[in-house]
Amino acid sequence: MSEVRRKIIPTKHPMPHQDAKERCHNFNEVALGYDEDTAVAEAQRCIQCKNSPCMEGCPVEINIPAFIKKITERDFAGAISIIKEKNNLPAICGRVCPQENQCEKKCTVGKKHEPVAIGRLERFVADWEMAHGSRSVKKAKPNGKKVAIVGSGPSGLTAAADLALMGYKVTVFEALHMPGGVLVYGIPEFRLPKSIVAREIASIVELGVEIKTNYVVGKLGRVDELLQEGYDAVYIGTGAGLPSFMNIPGENLNGVYSANEFLTRNNLMKAYRFPEYLTPIRVGKRVAVIGGGNVAMDAARTALRLGAESYIVYRRSFEEMPARREEIEHAREEGVHFEILTSPVEIKGNEEGRVTSMVCQRYELGEPDESGRRSPIPIKGSEYEMQVDTVIMAIGQGPNPLIQQTTPNLKTNKRGNIVVDDTTGQTSIPGVFAGGDIVTGAATVILAMGAGKRAARAIHEYIQSKG
Amino acid sequence: MFRIVAKKELAPRIKLFDVEAPEIARKARPGQFIILRVDEEGERIPLTIADFDQKKGTITIIFQEVGKTTELLGELQAGDSILDFVGPLGCPSEIERFGTVVCVGGGVGVAPVFPIARALGEAGNRVVSIIGARSRDMLIWEDEMRNVSSELLVATDDGSYGIKGFVTDILTGVLSREKVDRVVAIGPAVMMREVCRVTPESIPTVVSLNPIMVDGTGMCGACRVEVGGKTRFACVEGPEFDGHQVNWELVLKRSKMFVEEERIAMERGGCRCQENARR
Ligand SMILES: Cc1cc2nc3c(=O)[nH]c(=O)nc-3n(C[C@H](O)[C@H](O)[C@H](O)COP(=O)(O)OP(=O)(O)OC[C@H]3O[C@@H](n4cnc5c(N)ncnc54)[C@H](O)[C@@H]3O)c2cc1C
Ligand SMILES: Cc1cc2nc3c(=O)[nH]c(=O)nc-3n(C[C@H](O)[C@H](O)[C@H](O)COP(=O)(O)OP(=O)(O)OC[C@H]3O[C@@H](n4cnc5c(N)ncnc54)[C@H](O)[C@@H]3O)c2cc1C
Ligand code: SF4
Ligand code: SF4
Ligand code: FES
Ligand SMILES: [Mg+2]
Repeated sequence: MSEVRRKIIPTKHPMPHQDAKERCHNFNEVALGYDEDTAVAEAQRCIQCKNSPCMEGCPVEINIPAFIKKITERDFAGAISIIKEKNNLPAICGRVCPQENQCEKKCTVGKKHEPVAIGRLERFVADWEMAHGSRSVKKAKPNGKKVAIVGSGPSGLTAAADLALMGYKVTVFEALHMPGGVLVYGIPEFRLPKSIVAREIASIVELGVEIKTNYVVGKLGRVDELLQEGYDAVYIGTGAGLPSFMNIPGENLNGVYSANEFLTRNNLMKAYRFPEYLTPIRVGKRVAVIGGGNVAMDAARTALRLGAESYIVYRRSFEEMPARREEIEHAREEGVHFEILTSPVEIKGNEEGRVTSMVCQRYELGEPDESGRRSPIPIKGSEYEMQVDTVIMAIGQGPNPLIQQTTPNLKTNKRGNIVVDDTTGQTSIPGVFAGGDIVTGAATVILAMGAGKRAARAIHEYIQSKG
Repeated sequence: MFRIVAKKELAPRIKLFDVEAPEIARKARPGQFIILRVDEEGERIPLTIADFDQKKGTITIIFQEVGKTTELLGELQAGDSILDFVGPLGCPSEIERFGTVVCVGGGVGVAPVFPIARALGEAGNRVVSIIGARSRDMLIWEDEMRNVSSELLVATDDGSYGIKGFVTDILTGVLSREKVDRVVAIGPAVMMREVCRVTPESIPTVVSLNPIMVDGTGMCGACRVEVGGKTRFACVEGPEFDGHQVNWELVLKRSKMFVEEERIAMERGGCRCQENARR
């Protein structure tokens, strides 16, 4: 063991990237992925811990040392089979998981050096499988029971896949015309190519899962009707899609978008290829994105790629920014400007009702608030005007309200999130389970998937116990 | 895919489709709408449910060709299919026994007024309908509206049929002639605004707003309107609102958000197949 440890390369093998000067003009993927030799070399950094602490950090319970070992043996097919025992969206997780807070945070190698690049290795084998043709799927024997899933985001898809593997007949109902939730409408192409999302969803469909798009539960069948129609259980994974605005003057001027609208036009509707694709988008010359999370980074980098000068306007400082470091770094490399300790108080427009400028106020940091971050305090008299044609609000999303409004007796908290039992995902209605952003508020792909996995198990127990 | 089972041309550039969508037909109520996408490159556009037939499992839409997407839609024939068709969206109209209700429909807005007028009549109201168009050939669904109304009055801008003038001219007459308990108006924003100017605050005046939409499920906020000083998402909280409370100036300005892009889209040329070949 000590012999192995001496040989450890202290840093992760770097991820090859599209050059920043190039990539700020296109929507192609930024991170290019490891090649076989790099993947094997990175896999060799893993010391194969017996207690595998990394696994504790993975909400979908991937056997991390086992799949990494297969990579060192160049058995990539073997590696992906191990991952797919637990995770049906590996190419997605390998790209967008905040690994630094999950598996890699617990990695033993990470105590002294940089942790093993688990996410990059996961991405590598998932991409390898796609490039080398899909392996045959083992469909489970039908058990005669039916489960309805509401919402096709990562949470719903994970629950669907796990239940299908247990023999359930699963139908996923999705309001939009394309499945994937935030993976297709929110996260941009340059971070998560839509062809990859489509491939991973196709592999879930191959398990026998039926996906009904263009189906708004609550407007067509309600949750209680789905139960009456013979579904043995329902899983709600409807996400946090309701955009927040600041309630400042001028917010309804032309040129003010929610991040959701801006990203949906561009990702789901492919407005960056207008007019070949017919959905329009307008960015103008200077764009201000309000907020400091991943959503804000995605909007700012998208605006840049559409040809605008792009600014992140954030109330606190870099340290408090909730976005992943990697994303902030990428945005800076590409030329996104940061106006920190700043927030708008008014948006001004011209006669036609179009945005012409934004009045901002400077902030300083005070004592830590309940979130533990130092709270921003406005500086009196610091107002100044910033010339912009577009303002994108990326200050958070609330729970999608439709299901709660149309499902009597479904218990919610004061923010409108569905209340569930933490371990099972059971709601206040028997046979109705929920998980992902609709329960936790806006969180991460992997936490939403973990909730889907736990609920699938609980749904199985619930249906079995009914006989 | 959603098959078009019947197509009719009601007036120049105004077309009617019956679309096979049995699940939506089962749930649809007057005042609700659908969102469709013609094909893979298409944008999502909202259209009101003009009628629904649960037995045949069809939804009727009536649309005016005003830009690229409605033009592409108009090129489809009976037997063709629409790629995406989702609904019923929005809140249904409030249908109660109010007494006397005046239903005003302008231009293609006559279509969405029809199911509301019918439901109001069935609920025991006296329904006075006023419909209008630029000229006689642009007038749609006159017979349908007459069938569901106690009285039907018609106006054309050029006087080629009915009285010469606007629907608001007739409305002013009706208001001075009898007690009206409620007004429902659907048509171009300017027409709805004028109706709200004619009706006193004491008569509830319901309008159906048509802001630009994307998802239609409350997820993007493109459809923001201001009602009573508050921002509302028309796709989930509307599309019907109290017309006296609507900020009309904002409605009109926001509808012009993408005029430049809409012109560019029209210039893209009609035939998609040629473009694909060039790519
Ligand atoms: C721009 C952006 C970037 C992000 N980047 C990252 C990242 O890099 N890494 C990360 O881990 N997380 C990221 N997140 C967060 C992550 O995407 C979410 O936490 C995750 O997608 C939540 O999954 P979900 O399945 O709960 O819901 P969602 O992904 O929101 O999916 C919910 C689905 O339900 C559908 N739906 C809603 N109501 C109904 C209804 N009534 N009937 C039928 N269908 C309905 C919706 O249309 C949607 O498709 C990002 C989020 C955004 C917005
Ligand atoms: C709830 C609702 C119900 C409607 N019902 C009907 C109906 O029954 N019959 C009918 O003919 N029209 C209806 N409309 C209007 C119809 O949606 C627009 O005429 C159509 O979207 C125009 O698209 P286009 O590409 O052909 O024209 P464009 O040239 O793109 O646009 C022409 C004008 O239509 C409006 N518009 C453009 N895109 C959208 C969009 N995505 N959503 C909404 N409005 C848009 C804008 O004001 C624009 O200036 C309705 C709109 C709403 C919101
Ligand atoms: S799914 Fe996420 S947390 Fe789990 S191993 Fe992969 S990158 Fe780590
Ligand atoms: S903790 Fe790190 S080194 Fe240990 S098994 Fe997991 S990945 Fe390998
Ligand atoms: S159309 Fe997106 S919220 Fe109304
Ligand atoms: Mg258009």
